[in-house]
Amino acid sequence: MLHRTTLANGLRVLLVPDPATPVVGVAVHVDVGFRSEPEGRTGFAHLFEHLMFQGSESLEKLAHFRHVQGSGGVFNGSTHQDYTDYFEVLPAAALERALFLEADRLRAPTLSQENLANQIDVVKEEIRLNVLNRPYGGFPWILLPPVLYDTFPNAHNGYGDFSELEQASLDDAAAFFDTYYAPGNAQVTVAGFIDVDETLALVEKHFGDIPARPTPVRPSFAEPAPGAERRQAVPDAHAPLPALAMGFRLPDPAADLDGYLAHMLLASVLGDGEAARLQRRLVHADGLVTDISAAAGLMGSLDARDPDTFTITAVHPAAVDPDRVIGAVDEELEKLAAQGPSADELARQVARWSAGAHQENDRVMYRMLGLGARELLYGRAEITDELPGRLAAVTPAAVSAAAATLRGAGRGVLLVEPAKGEDA
Amino acid sequence: MTTATHRSAEQIGRTPTGPRPLPDLGVTREVPLPDVTDTTLSTGLRVLVARRASVPMVELRLRVPFADPDPGHGHPAIAELLSETLLTGTATRDRVAVDDDLAAVGAELGASVDPERLLVHGSGLADGLPVVLDVLADLLTGATHPDHEVARERERLVERIAVARAQPRTIAREALQRVRFGDHPITAEMPTAEAVTAVTAAQVRATHAASLVPRGSTLTLVGDVDPAAATAAVERALGSWTSERTALELAAPPYPTAGDLVLVHRPGSVQSQLRLSGPAVPREDPAYAALQLANLVFGGYFSSRWMENIREDKGYTYGAHSGAEFIPGGAVLGVDTDVASDVTAAALLETRYELGRLSAVPPTAAEIDAARSYAVGSLLISLDNQGGLASTIAGLAAVGLDLDWLRAHPARLHAVTPDEVAEAALRFFAPSGFSGVVVGDADVIGRGVRALGGIA
Repeated sequence: MLHRTTLANGLRVLLVPDPATPVVGVAVHVDVGFRSEPEGRTGFAHLFEHLMFQGSESLEKLAHFRHVQGSGGVFNGSTHQDYTDYFEVLPAAALERALFLEADRLRAPTLSQENLANQIDVVKEEIRLNVLNRPYGGFPWILLPPVLYDTFPNAHNGYGDFSELEQASLDDAAAFFDTYYAPGNAQVTVAGFIDVDETLALVEKHFGDIPARPTPVRPSFAEPAPGAERRQAVPDAHAPLPALAMGFRLPDPAADLDGYLAHMLLASVLGDGEAARLQRRLVHADGLVTDISAAAGLMGSLDARDPDTFTITAVHPAAVDPDRVIGAVDEELEKLAAQGPSADELARQVARWSAGAHQENDRVMYRMLGLGARELLYGRAEITDELPGRLAAVTPAAVSAAAATLRGAGRGVLLVEPAKGEDA
Repeated sequence: MTTATHRSAEQIGRTPTGPRPLPDLGVTREVPLPDVTDTTLSTGLRVLVARRASVPMVELRLRVPFADPDPGHGHPAIAELLSETLLTGTATRDRVAVDDDLAAVGAELGASVDPERLLVHGSGLADGLPVVLDVLADLLTGATHPDHEVARERERLVERIAVARAQPRTIAREALQRVRFGDHPITAEMPTAEAVTAVTAAQVRATHAASLVPRGSTLTLVGDVDPAAATAAVERALGSWTSERTALELAAPPYPTAGDLVLVHRPGSVQSQLRLSGPAVPREDPAYAALQLANLVFGGYFSSRWMENIREDKGYTYGAHSGAEFIPGGAVLGVDTDVASDVTAAALLETRYELGRLSAVPPTAAEIDAARSYAVGSLLISLDNQGGLASTIAGLAAVGLDLDWLRAHPARLHAVTPDEVAEAALRFFAPSGFSGVVVGDADVIGRGVRALGGIA
């Protein structure tokens, strides 16, 4: 049961009651991701996400964390291609406190020079931890887009370059907040042990007097698909084995959801489980790769607007030429394009997706974030609940067509090459 | 960045009506924990089942104690290959058939092994439970660990070990285990490539027959199932999984002793891993609840002294975490963070400062209350799904505890006094009690950290 409304200031509200759980979740999805950050300020959307935890008119620095956790709750935020989310899950007793905390920083966050400098340091540590100091850091989500895409929004590094992060100013932060964090550009999702009417009144009480501001016109990030293969190699000082990623363009989920779903199932038929096509062929039969996987969506399925990326990634021994890996993948795609998967093969992958959907529904946090993201991106949270049925209706011919599309279009191929560093 | 007019940062942070008060909390609901049926089959297998019908799924955890029966003869490598090939073939199913049969009921099974136990974990649609149990029984009683699969998985395992050992966290973990536990088998978390290369399929099959046994093992099921019917289904499916032997528990390792930190050189590192460790106490110890609260105040959650200092004040790290890790016979405390090379000495200094401060300046009532609320609330949240509940029941059972312990735990946390927290802080967090490792580029960080002293 989904209940939705829009406040007078433009804030969208989605309520998802679940009487069986003793917890509540509150999420704010803001319609800006790293694709919207300006040139010269790579990583700014994510840096700004950090700043939103640094206090507000009513709460000093550190108070947000302390109040959420001191109420027995957990919290986080994350920056994606097209949105930034902020969320907390707490015992149901803390519902109003959670709404207050989210409203207060959406209304009047504290943006200070000291906090900006501190969080630039923290973000640089996050990048060192997740990218610079580890093998395969940023593979493929940072490294593949610049091979497949041409325009700045789609191709740049969403974590950001250190030099650009360091140049970020307080005025940049103020402009970003005023432009993108208008109530009309955001959505609140409340899920868990809630009464709908009471919760709606509390949402109105805490968010309702945030003044409306103009909302930004969302640009199109469309760009032509590459007509041919593009290839790029990057060295990795920490990687012990080579790796490769193949990136293809996905159908627009807003305009062609069924085409997109066919690609989701194609990814499963290729890569999910020991019986999947690429596992059987490349891992076990030919022994070409150590591990291989396929996915629809750079940061998850149905997690971005158009354009988004279908990926196939593999780690392989140095003795195996990457073209042998790519050639074998192409042969498997051609087989699927020519003959499609069997009805049973497809039904098994649909059953796994359905089970996965149940598991997502079983946790307030995942259910809330999934519904909230799809509501924001596509205006239809219902897609989440309809997914098992719609996937079950995808035909082998549609998966076959998806495979043919991948074979027929251009693509980006990224090769990660172990650099012979002093620690090799 | 934009030419549009916008408010200044200062204007954004103020409203005409000014700051607002924080709303009070409402009434906290109880942790809704189901009853668990607890049955030991004639084969010796213990079966725990709980009904949680939130979604039409069932979660499965099979824990088999899997200690090395004969140290020095390759058990860790054999066990690793055994778990990698457990799902690759039986008399009636090959690798693909195992996966196909599971997928047909939305199920997945996986196996993993460590020095303490082999774990088969998975989930599936609840009405597919008979299929999942049939496949599981086939694997336990009929896995053939085919020669060609062992050969292929041996190659892959060597490659995966190379990838894992390139991870700074793996390097730090291995170094820490050696510092804490010397050459006790608990340190053998990842075999060497050489040991894996030497393993034969015959050894894998022999170890399966000898060590992967029901007596001493526990199967936990949580989901949209009837406990009595599910237990009966387990008995039917797994009744033929028998052995005269009892699964082997890992012997308790020696407790870590305090000592200098060991500096481990990783050339080219742009970050350093700080891993400090000292003794702790397990869940059933009377001091555990006080330890839990003292730990939260130190570094066990985001709103901790250590995190607020080295991340939110100084920007040295993205994350810092401390917590108890349970080992056979007890528990140890871990204090972990990754920091940039150029602030490694400064971060180590602040870490020792916060350890000293916790033992010398005990947590305040406000700090303890926040930690207590978090401990109770996060427990509630962690149990709000079938998988979390299944893992918790299985983890408690492994140390002889059950959900009654968990039901009573909020009251136990509420009963802890400030004096008890102060005592736990002094007992477990005094900097003089720690040993550990610092992993990083010694050419960059060595001089600075050595200047602080206490570095071997």
